[in-house]
Amino acid sequence: MNVVGFPLLSLLTWLPLVGGLIIMSVRGDEAAVAANARWTALWTSLVVFALSLVLWARFDHADPGFQFVETAAWLPQWGITYKMGVDGISVLFVLLSTALTPICILASWDSITVRVREYMLAFLILETMMVGMFCALDFVVFYMFFEGVLIPMYLIIGVWGGVRRVYAAVKFFLYTLAGSVLMLLALLAMWYLAGTTDIPTLLHTQFPPAMQTWLFLAFLASFAVKVPMWPVHTWLPDAHVEAPTAGSVILAGVLLKMGAYGFLRFSVPMLPAASASLAPLMFALSVIAVIYTSYVALAQEDMKKLIAYSSVAHMGVVTIGIFTFNVQGISGALFQMLSHGIVSAALFLCVGVIYDRIHSREIARYGGLADRMPAYAFVFMLFTLASVGLPGTSGFVGEFLVLLGAFKVNFWLALLGSMGMILGAAYMLYLYRRIIFGTLTRAELRDILDLSPREVAVFAPLVILTLWMGVYPSSFTGFWDASVGAMVEHHQAALAAAVTLAGGLH
Amino acid sequence: MLFAVAVFAPLFGSAIAGLFGKAIGDRAAQAVSILCMLLASACGVTAFVQLVYLGGSPGVVSLGTWVQAGSFHVDWALRYDALSAVMVAMVTTVATLIHIYSLGYMSHDATRWRFFSYLSLFSFAMLMLVTGDNLLQLFFGWEGVGLASYLLIGYWYDRPAACAAAIKAFLVNRIGDLGFALGIALVFFTFGSIDLSTIFAGVPQHQADTYTLFGTSWRAYEVIGTLLFIGAMGKSAQLGLHVWLPDAMEGPTPVSALIHAATMVTAGVFLMARFSPVMEYAPYALAFVTFIGASTALFAATVGCVQNDIKRVIAYSTCSQLGYMFIAAGVGAYQASMFHLLTHAFFKALLFLAAGSVIHAMSDEQDIRRMGGIWKKIPITYGVFWVGSLALAGIYPFAGFYSKDAILEAAYAAHTGIGTYGFWCGLIAAFLTAFYSWRLIILTFHGKPRADAHTMAHVHESPAVMTIPLILLAVGATVTGFTFYEPLTGPNWTQFWGHSIQLAAGNNVLETLHHVPDWVELSPSLVGIAGILLAYLYYVAAPRLPVLVAGHFPPVYRFLLNKWYFDELYDAVLVRPSFALARVLWKVGDATIIDGVPNGLAALTAGGSAQVVKLQTGSIAVYAFAMLIGVVVLSLLVLLLLVVR
Repeated sequence: MNVVGFPLLSLLTWLPLVGGLIIMSVRGDEAAVAANARWTALWTSLVVFALSLVLWARFDHADPGFQFVETAAWLPQWGITYKMGVDGISVLFVLLSTALTPICILASWDSITVRVREYMLAFLILETMMVGMFCALDFVVFYMFFEGVLIPMYLIIGVWGGVRRVYAAVKFFLYTLAGSVLMLLALLAMWYLAGTTDIPTLLHTQFPPAMQTWLFLAFLASFAVKVPMWPVHTWLPDAHVEAPTAGSVILAGVLLKMGAYGFLRFSVPMLPAASASLAPLMFALSVIAVIYTSYVALAQEDMKKLIAYSSVAHMGVVTIGIFTFNVQGISGALFQMLSHGIVSAALFLCVGVIYDRIHSREIARYGGLADRMPAYAFVFMLFTLASVGLPGTSGFVGEFLVLLGAFKVNFWLALLGSMGMILGAAYMLYLYRRIIFGTLTRAELRDILDLSPREVAVFAPLVILTLWMGVYPSSFTGFWDASVGAMVEHHQAALAAAVTLAGGLH
Repeated sequence: MLFAVAVFAPLFGSAIAGLFGKAIGDRAAQAVSILCMLLASACGVTAFVQLVYLGGSPGVVSLGTWVQAGSFHVDWALRYDALSAVMVAMVTTVATLIHIYSLGYMSHDATRWRFFSYLSLFSFAMLMLVTGDNLLQLFFGWEGVGLASYLLIGYWYDRPAACAAAIKAFLVNRIGDLGFALGIALVFFTFGSIDLSTIFAGVPQHQADTYTLFGTSWRAYEVIGTLLFIGAMGKSAQLGLHVWLPDAMEGPTPVSALIHAATMVTAGVFLMARFSPVMEYAPYALAFVTFIGASTALFAATVGCVQNDIKRVIAYSTCSQLGYMFIAAGVGAYQASMFHLLTHAFFKALLFLAAGSVIHAMSDEQDIRRMGGIWKKIPITYGVFWVGSLALAGIYPFAGFYSKDAILEAAYAAHTGIGTYGFWCGLIAAFLTAFYSWRLIILTFHGKPRADAHTMAHVHESPAVMTIPLILLAVGATVTGFTFYEPLTGPNWTQFWGHSIQLAAGNNVLETLHHVPDWVELSPSLVGIAGILLAYLYYVAAPRLPVLVAGHFPPVYRFLLNKWYFDELYDAVLVRPSFALARVLWKVGDATIIDGVPNGLAALTAGGSAQVVKLQTGSIAVYAFAMLIGVVVLSLLVLLLLVVR
């Protein structure tokens, strides 16, 4: 079996669903059902998180391959198995998902008052899908979880969202589905060529160069929307604006990582030739994302939209890092994904705090909160600084490593890709100034309350993580050092083999 | 060990004051942060004395791994050598005095715990900067002081001007920091490491390395030197990236003294000295350093002559003096630049704090046109202001005399075109420096009172917590000159600096600067005295003259008064276009073009299906739309691919 002697990953994946079943079975008056649903969801997600810590403790840093692997026959005649496992690339994203879910449930404690049972159920299903996606080692299993994430998220936006929730939900669904259809085609093509959907096998399958390009583009259509990359990013601000706070948290924290994870799991290792030849396209789109969306963020009047656009810019840094194909770049991309998962989640929670009190996302409605909410001002400042990549916070490490990786490729890529250092500081500090600084003039803000104990409990782990990742990042990079090293070597070997092959033909 | 305590005690003080300040109250928060600073300065000074005078050996205090990715490995580590020890001793001493001064200056403030927490946080970051054993930790301190500066400039966050100045400082510094970060990347790819020891050991091997930029092949050292200097330009407010410093005066005055005079702004100069083993082999980059330094020295001095805000005059003076330090660094006299950094820390902190004492006495008035006639009422402040000005103007035997002379002589002794440019710019600036310093003294303290009677009735000398630091700094501004002249810049400089500053084989500027012609040695003092006399003529003997002169050359006067129109230029070229572009990209790029495609398609599909095929259900339209998007995206990508190839 594996080092812990029981199917840990399957347990992590399916346990939330069990919690969901318990919630479904609860009967009684509405208030009791709601309370029961909240507590059940919280406890389930906490147990899952505690279990996932086993991964942290028992993961072998030196092993670049898949660990905790479990296999069960599913459709043997088609070469499809139920296979789970994690390597250095995926393991911390499992932890990210299991850590953010209880935080989301806690953050929704008071702000969700209608259909509480269904809401909690949706979050637990979402957790199952996210964890399953990061653990899946079979393409079909991966695809099901990858698509499955859409359904609870669609409902969370569409049912518990803001005024234009239906528009946002449909836009979100269509954009992501459209890309997925093409990924399905790629999946079929790969299965047809390789005869299996086993991911470890596919990682060592050499696809013909011409085919690689088409497969890469099909993957791109799906992953680019998920990241999201420019110019298929406009669903994100709408989705964020309409989603409830916890929906935004999961969307920014985990769902945006799915696209980048897809690039790292499929595109780069399975299609090395196409990745290398299309890297300039990826760089161009990423640099545009960094600069373009940073500017757009500067003009925003809605807090959530601003942070949503900043997410696009930050994910642009991630895609630059991935396609540098060197250890620093990819390591930086992974770190930036993790850091963004914590920091942007926290920033959306920060917006949620004042939205819960004033019910407005309009920046102009605020100002001068520092007097009334010093603890909130401190927390918001910390995450603002992490977002602009101040050394000592998590945001710096990823950005700097990507800069190093990009510099290896090209000076201008490094320069333009790092423009976020300046532009990011501009829009974030400008946002902070308009909300927290200045004088408090509006009557409705006069009696605004500082963070409640529940909110402190929500933010505390995120504050600790942000600083921990900034001061001692090697405790995180250690997880993937071996895997990334092996991946870069594999990539270079594959390219060298392709060159030799081409040389032999001439 | 002592060294580590000196660095981390302020962090502890800051954390206690910041996190628990509200709970334990202002007095306790102040006490904790000041005690921590006292401990830090005791340790810092002891560590300095041990190393330089008691024959201690330099070393590295390793604290653990920081960043690790493949061959890129960076530790948290404190570098203990003469350069860092002298900076640690200076920073902790000045910071402690300013903490104590702030007890009095900020006594009416509502959130003193917050102020002291920020001030200690700054001290910690500055100490991390100067003790960094690798470029990344130096960068950590570099950005950390930037953060503290941002927080302290915007300390009075209810003032719009303070908030704007804080953001401006952060952003302008970030431009420089981007250059710095790119420089670190190039160092990594040249030397394979960013640890200072590894870099310096590898200098001979990589002499011939090149880096291609703008289609030309450059020596890697030149590119590294230039990129790092761009960082230094931001932090040290050099011409082009200087615009944040005058606005930073929105912060409380102790902040201006500590951050924007004595310590943070000198970080760029420190970086040049720290990186001297590499900079020495980048002659073009060094020439650029001197050019920018000299131009800044002159530019800022001209602007300082016409400003009316007491703090802004001193701010431009700081900008100008930093220029001097870069002149020296650029001609390879890092010792002279560090010497001026040291003396400047004392006399400029003194001037700012004395100005704070004046502002305090004048009920928060900062405009020198509404001062005057107060020198008898605040004798201590007046006296130390003189000491500071004498040191700044370079009058014997005050500190600035020694350090400024060393710089100008070094520039002259370099015997290069750029060195000569530095010398003349510096000499003219020395004249202007003396002029604006005495203009400031005369307008602030002498003549008839120009403030209203109510303010004048309240003019009082500051309490002892403020005057004692002033007096101690005045002592520093007097003695640091002749005490440190020989050890720092004399022929036996290696006894003091050890290997912390390294010169190229042919660099003997430090020997030749002691053998310049007599007129070169005398001229800085002469122009200084001339400047003082001119100020006396203008503002005491013939007070109608300035008006007359300004009236005769209105364009020149306006040009200077508006600080060479840098702010207006940047506003027109950078700030406004950025916001305009932001709106265009949002409203046109995103909302109209990018969203136009799917929205239009949706309307088309929905409309078309409704009219043509009444049977069709919504979900089928949705599916059709989904597929259409897929096709559109795919064909777009294929097109892009063709273009790229």
